[in-house]
Amino acid sequence: MAGGRKKPAARRKDSKEERPAALRVVGKAHRKVDATAKVTGETLFADDLALPRMLFGKLLRSPHPHARVLSVNVEAAARAPGVLAVLTGRDLPVPFGILPVSQDEHALALDKVRFVGDPVAAVAATSEEAATAALDLIQVRYEVLPAISSAEEAVARPEPRIHDYGHSGNLHKVINLEFGDVEAGFAEADLVRDDLFFFEGNTHLPMEQHAALARYTADGKLTLWSSTQTPHYVHRALARVLDLPAAKIRVIACPNGGGFGGKSDPFSHEIVAARLAMVTGRPVKITLTREEVFYCHRGRHPTLMQVKTGVTKDGAITAMHFKSLLDGGGYGSYGVASTYYTGALQTVTYRVERYQFQGARAFTNKAPCGPKRGHGTPQPRFAVEVQLDKIAEDLKLDPAELRLRHLVPANSVTANYLRVGSMGLGACIRKVVEGAGWKEKFRKLPPGRGVGLACSSYLSGAGLPIYWNSMPHSGVQLKCDRQGGVTVFCGSTDIGQGSDSILAYIVAEVLGVDPFSIAVVTADTDLTPVDLGSYSSRVTLMSGNAALQAAERAREIIARHAAAKLEIPGERVVFADGKVFDAGDPTRALTFAEAVQAAEAAEGTVGTVGSYTPPKSPGRYRGAGVGPSPAYSYSACVAAVEVDAETGIVRVPKIWIAHDVGRCINAATVIGQVEGSVYMGLGEALMEEMAYRGDRNTMHKIPSLLEYKSPTTLEMCDVVTYIIEDPDPNGPFGAKEVGQGPLLPVMPAVANAVYDAVGVRVDEVPITPEKVLKALKRKAKGEAPRHGPSAFPEIDWGEASRVPPPWEGGDGSESPGAPRVRPGSAAAERQH
Amino acid sequence: MTDALAQIALFVNDESVPVAFAPHKTLLEVLREDLGLTGTKHGCELGECGTCTVLLDQVPVLSCLVLGVACAGHRVKTVEGMARNGRLHPLQDAFAEVGAAQCGYCTPAFLLAAEALLGANPRPSRDEIKEALAGNLCRCTGYIKIYEAVELAAARMRGETAKPAEETLYGRR
Repeated sequence: MAGGRKKPAARRKDSKEERPAALRVVGKAHRKVDATAKVTGETLFADDLALPRMLFGKLLRSPHPHARVLSVNVEAAARAPGVLAVLTGRDLPVPFGILPVSQDEHALALDKVRFVGDPVAAVAATSEEAATAALDLIQVRYEVLPAISSAEEAVARPEPRIHDYGHSGNLHKVINLEFGDVEAGFAEADLVRDDLFFFEGNTHLPMEQHAALARYTADGKLTLWSSTQTPHYVHRALARVLDLPAAKIRVIACPNGGGFGGKSDPFSHEIVAARLAMVTGRPVKITLTREEVFYCHRGRHPTLMQVKTGVTKDGAITAMHFKSLLDGGGYGSYGVASTYYTGALQTVTYRVERYQFQGARAFTNKAPCGPKRGHGTPQPRFAVEVQLDKIAEDLKLDPAELRLRHLVPANSVTANYLRVGSMGLGACIRKVVEGAGWKEKFRKLPPGRGVGLACSSYLSGAGLPIYWNSMPHSGVQLKCDRQGGVTVFCGSTDIGQGSDSILAYIVAEVLGVDPFSIAVVTADTDLTPVDLGSYSSRVTLMSGNAALQAAERAREIIARHAAAKLEIPGERVVFADGKVFDAGDPTRALTFAEAVQAAEAAEGTVGTVGSYTPPKSPGRYRGAGVGPSPAYSYSACVAAVEVDAETGIVRVPKIWIAHDVGRCINAATVIGQVEGSVYMGLGEALMEEMAYRGDRNTMHKIPSLLEYKSPTTLEMCDVVTYIIEDPDPNGPFGAKEVGQGPLLPVMPAVANAVYDAVGVRVDEVPITPEKVLKALKRKAKGEAPRHGPSAFPEIDWGEASRVPPPWEGGDGSESPGAPRVRPGSAAAERQH
Repeated sequence: MTDALAQIALFVNDESVPVAFAPHKTLLEVLREDLGLTGTKHGCELGECGTCTVLLDQVPVLSCLVLGVACAGHRVKTVEGMARNGRLHPLQDAFAEVGAAQCGYCTPAFLLAAEALLGANPRPSRDEIKEALAGNLCRCTGYIKIYEAVELAAARMRGETAKPAEETLYGRR
């Protein structure tokens, strides 16, 4: 690898290759390129758009958690004033779903509804009022079916099946992977802990409700503007469900008013708006109400976990056996990937010698779960980090010291075949320990006050695409014109994280121009090359690398002709400050525009492309596709808490967090992502939950912003942020992700701090006052001072896929040797 | 809808604008749908999130809870009225400078709530800023950059030469 291993003194130095000068743009705290539009209200979100003759669409949603749809009578609705079209499931019979293995959704229910809020019919009318009024005229006859409200219930009750596909009964997916002989690992341990944890479901709660506007013209072309994080996947779904040639469909992702993973699936309202536009020949807009956003959901899976970990006296992990049971809600969504993710990243922080993962996802009659910030990894991270705190106490070790002793080394491969590149977790831990005054506070504060520490890691982009293909994950086209203008085209979608700006900074760095003079065109399937979407923290690394390649190719072309014009050797050409000049004599210079003109005169229009495909992962077993990433970010966090033993109320005054981002492309946006992650983690730690109550716990308690508690300014803590830069050779200029990783350590750090403050374990989030009080009462009675789950249900995991870890001579594939016989391992997992 | 339209003159962003709309419409709907002022956003239309905040006679109100007809004779200010002659308001400039707007959806509301605060209290403490903005939800920023932007703008509006703190932009060393 290149010389990027140097410590802070070298932070302005490029890790990827030698450059003649210090970085001029990358790393600085620039404004975002769209900052002015955002503060003037000029940014147009999907619902801000309106077209002439536009109609308004509304969806009729199921009042039942589980029912057969016997008939839908739309006659009265179709005759209602202002109504131009009514659709039912029969009008959109082709199923869809984000994953090829879970094509289980219909835009409107075809035969069954599977949760309260499942769309059944749709209306387009000349006003929202007329459309809403017409919904009341639609008569649906349902045959109500028994509903399933939790994953445990789904395990216990295989009938009636919510879906007729999946593993078996109401289990959608069952995974059983073993990397080395964990039983042998437990036998070698000095201490084996076996703990249960529960992570309640919660939702993204973007401030912008989803909206979609569709236009269909008489030449057979469809355009959809939508608040989506994944225009490419929406494009694919529309082509399939509407049976239109993809080349006649244009999907434009508007700037998202917050996403957090909640706008990553193709949605019913997008498909319905498109069909209504086709049927009526007029533009149709559907904007969801806040209540409907709760039904779209795709948020954090409620997850029950059992973790058995063996350690030596100094805390080295000899084996870990991790079990997770996910409550998936009514549909597949990203759930198969989410399930794998609950078992994937346990191994990339501390060395795990042998590892077994058993994961299952259940269908239940609730809003579908999916990817929320951290996608499937915050739940296991909570379990692992709280258990490590318990282990440290059992071993009488400082929890920070325990972690520091057993870090996964940089440039290594884990037991489950994830390749770790740069690894700055040690630096992160040392930074927060010092900054928070950890050693002076841990187990030393007065009763009611405490500190807790936890760490985490996250992907910088999923190593594999959602549908199998061998094409790049991100593409960029770059145009340099003779006036000195530069335009970068990329399919990436700005959801507020600043991805448009990242493209501009990187191109500006390479071409030596002002980033604010660069035009950025993104997220439009007609204009921009494919980028897979704003999910899995992939955009800075992947579209950044594509932009870097395109810009370097443009620089090469321009440099060749600038050198000729300046009569200097090519290697002496420098691009900076809007000029192209001789490194030896900066007065010998062309403006950037003159340099482009020289190139254009010689070669014609100056345009380049760049693309990025992640490196191949060493894992070759089934399931190895979830977890690999070009680079892993690392975070460490110390939370300070104050716990009122009378009320159980937990306050978090301050959090110290250090994040290894590899390299900041923009320092200020990195800080913004860290603070935003801490905020969202704090909400998950203390209050956020998808609470289901009525109709046998399948009805959302009150789907509103008031009743779904999220932190306001009055609950938000102070945050001290440290940026650690340990450049990764796979990142553009060494950059790794920052949008998701810093959320993960917050929940376990708060839980560990609560224990430090009042000596009770709440092995469950959110850590509500009620749970703290229950644990305190048990403590007072001399019982185990804990609140949390007490059992993990029996699940038939089937035969484990055995993959020997690299240090046992494994090559990344399943061992062909005779499988160990285990009782009750009958059901072989269905291949897909 | 067969309701007779209400015809009133609204005084929006220092301009008198005649507008006709169904009388049940909220100020939010009139601004967005009848006046094309889409800078004002909506997050719930139930008065819970603060996203639709505008100023009514310089006082922050939730435009989703105010009827349009009730605003006749009152001065309404939306985010479109903040910049003057192509120059950003100091609050807008500070929000852009420190990264207080991520997705930007809640930003117009925060800007107006902050403007009302600074109009009444040119030197608010951090706690006073939190109190004044407690009715506005933001899911992106964790509010910290918003406090820092308000403090920066307040200093500049008092005539001080102020720059963002190093820690705001680069974190703690």
